[in-house]
Order: sequence, then structure tokens, then C-alpha cells
Amino acid sequence: MGVIIAVCSSLLGGTLVLRRFSFIGDGLSHVAFGAMSVAAVMNLTGNMTFVLIITIICAVLLLRTGKNSGIKGDAAVAMISVSSLAFGYMIMNIFSASSNLSGDVCSTLFGSTSILTLTVNEVYLSVGLSLAVVITFVFFYNKIFAVTFDEDFARASGVNAGACNLLVAVITAAVIVLSMNLVGSLLISALIIFPALSAMRVFRSFLSVTLCSVILSVICAATGIIISVLAGTPVGSTIVTADAAAFIIFYIGGKFIS
Amino acid sequence: MSQIVCENLSFGYGSNLLAENLNFSVNAGDYLCVIGENGSGKSTLIKILLGLKAPDSGRIILNGIAKNELGYLPQQTEMQKDFPASVYEVVISGCQGRCGLRPFYNRNEKNLAREAMNKMNIQNLAGKCYRELSGGQQQRVLLARAFCASRKAIILDEPVAGLDYESSHEMYRIIHDMNHNGMTIIMISHDTEEALRHSTHVLRMTRNMNEKIFFGSKEEFLNHDC
Repeated sequence: MGVIIAVCSSLLGGTLVLRRFSFIGDGLSHVAFGAMSVAAVMNLTGNMTFVLIITIICAVLLLRTGKNSGIKGDAAVAMISVSSLAFGYMIMNIFSASSNLSGDVCSTLFGSTSILTLTVNEVYLSVGLSLAVVITFVFFYNKIFAVTFDEDFARASGVNAGACNLLVAVITAAVIVLSMNLVGSLLISALIIFPALSAMRVFRSFLSVTLCSVILSVICAATGIIISVLAGTPVGSTIVTADAAAFIIFYIGGKFIS
Repeated sequence: MSQIVCENLSFGYGSNLLAENLNFSVNAGDYLCVIGENGSGKSTLIKILLGLKAPDSGRIILNGIAKNELGYLPQQTEMQKDFPASVYEVVISGCQGRCGLRPFYNRNEKNLAREAMNKMNIQNLAGKCYRELSGGQQQRVLLARAFCASRKAIILDEPVAGLDYESSHEMYRIIHDMNHNGMTIIMISHDTEEALRHSTHVLRMTRNMNEKIFFGSKEEFLNHDC
């Protein structure tokens, strides 16, 4: 399961890094945190579906504001992310039924071994969502490349760039909701960005960067999960540490090559 | 028969009016050179021609050429300077407009990309990384991509900006060749002298609204200027 999530999260990394949207993952994950606390408080049974819908809506809004509103992209991300973080924590504090509040919050923020204790339905939903993400990405790979490399040109030559951006936003949101279970909302950006950044140090074409980041992400996630089980460290931060270590190796490797 | 007609076009940037009631037409096979100082609206005009931006009033009429059959050579963006992409990936992305919803490129499109690279003399760079090429090579890659998008007309935004003499010369030669083979060329240029050498028509934009925008054949422009 963790490995499937790793595949999904690394797919879009290249596109998001190159379009200077690295922080969108971070912003959206905070939104997901806010939505999650609302869902928890309202005792919704379809927890994940609710969070997914809210996150997708915010993703679409964020990518839209980047272009034509008065508020610039990064400012909009910062604004939405901190307010939903604050809002989420407040709601949890006021209405929480649980006795171990800080424990709950901590596991939502930094991830937990809850990945091992998902309900059967949630597992089905996660696997289905992951498959949908991978298939959509492969299907629209060439379009995503064209729009990322040069949006104006793509638009002029008849590619529906607006729809393509929308698609990227929706996939990003889906990936974030998926990875929340694994690494928690504060660390998601790392899962999305690190593999792509590492791959970009060494590889020179978009296809090889994408493939490399997927493989790298899988290796790091697997290593992270195994180490965390053996050494008893928190899952999320162990995976991210593995990703960071991989980045340093690739960075040095890249220097040697060039 | 006019291929591209601009009718009573007015447009501006923000609250700044750049052009009012601009009329001109381009025939198939023409080589139109757009000149004018910075801020006179050359790039905005091109965005309107390509349908990337709506004019304040007036319209563009295309005859015998679909909207997505206008090739485009944009100015390079900051982002592309560290974009990991091979030359082949960039060139074939020019075919994307004809794919519609089809996810992958077919044989025709792959052949077209190869032909475009041969034409620009970059076939031996296919596997190289775009960001590691020289400025002149990068421009030829983008031109090959534009060629994939269109066989009828190409719009170029300062194709030789920042290139040394040799690469500029090569660039002009390739553009001239394409024009010879029937391609309509619309080119923005700073280098008036060199641009006038090959062009058949001239459009001169001005920042000063009291000055008239000139449009006519090259001969008319040369007589008018002196």
C-alpha cells in the first residue's frame, strides 16, 4: 500500500517543480487536514471521500488564482494553507470527543502507522484512487508535458491547456489525500517533490526523470517503512529522511557527471 | 486570397491603448515583418493572432487555415532554462495539437518530428538535453516544434534575440527557406535591416498613438521611410 502511494505521489513531482508549484502540495495538505478534522468532528462515515472532495475543490481554486486574480500564486497557497490549518485545529479542540487530542493531531500532521489499521473499505478506496491516478497520468502524459514545457505554445496549437491544468489539480489533490495516511499532512510535499528533484540532478529528459522519480520514490518508501517497523521510528518522517538522503546522493552524483 | 485578415483591431495593455482600428491582411506565402520600439504592442498583437488573448474590439479572420494550424516560436521563458527535456520530446510536442484526445503519438507524427529535425539540421541532437544546447540550437529546436504544429504559417517572436551573428544568420536562412517552400511567415524583429532583406511586407507599430501605424509592401515602406 505504501509503495502504491509512493508511485502516485512521485508522478506529478516533475510537473509541479518545473511550474514552480512545489508548495501547492503543502498548501493542499493543510486543507486536507482542515477537512479531516471537520469530518472527524461531524462523525462522517465516508471520511476519505469528504476530504477528497474538499481538497479537489481547493486545488482547482488555487491553480486558478495563480493566473488571473489579484493574489499571486504563492500568497494564495500560504493564505489558504495556514487558515485551514488553524481552522482544523480549532475545530478539533472545541468539539473533539477523543481524550488524546494532541496524539490525534500529531498523527494527522506527521502520519502514523494507521496505514496498517485502515478499514477494508478505505483500502479499496485507496487502491482504486491510486490506480485512477496512474492511469490518468499515463494517458495524459504527453499533454501534461506539452503544457508544462510551454503553455502558450500548447494553447496556440490547439491543446486544451485549461482542462489539462484542471486535471493536474485534481490528480494532485487525489495524491495528497492518499498520502496523508502515510506521511501526514506536514510531510506530503517531501513525498511529491524530493524524488523529482533528485531525478532532475542526474537525468536529462522528461521521460527518464519521471521514471527515475517513481523508482526512487518506491525504494525510499519501502526502505522507510521497513526501517520504521524494525527500529520503531515514526513511518512518515523515516520515509522523508530516506528521500532526503537519496537527494543528497543524487546531488553529489549529478555534480560528478557534469 | 488573404490567409489572415485583421479587421478594425483595437487592443491595449491594462488601461494603455496600443492600437486602434488596425487593419491588415496577410496572403499565403507572404513574409511579414513586424517592427516597432519596445512597448508598441508587437507581442500583444501576436498573442491576439494566436487566440491567446482577446482584442478589445475587432476580429481576426482566417481563410483556409485552422486556428491550430498557426505555428508559433515564442520567446524563451525563464522556466525552460532548467527544464529537463530531450530535443526529441520538445520537437514532437509540437504535434500535440493534432492529437485531440488520443494519448500517444502515431507513426505520422513521429515521422513529422524527424523531418522537422532534419530540416533544422538538429537530427544529431535528438537525444540531447534541451537546456544544455547553445542559444542558436535551442531556437532551432523550437522552430522545429513550430514546424510540427503547422505547415502553412508560422509566427515568430524575435527569433534571433540574444543570438550571435553566425546563429542569427543561420536562423534567417532557415526561415527564408521555409518561406520559399510556401510557408507564410509573420516575424517580430528588432533588427530592421536584416529583417527587411527577406520580407515582402512590413507592419510598423508605434507607441505614440498620434503616429500612424504603417502597413504595406516592403517597397512602399522603403519609399515611405526616405
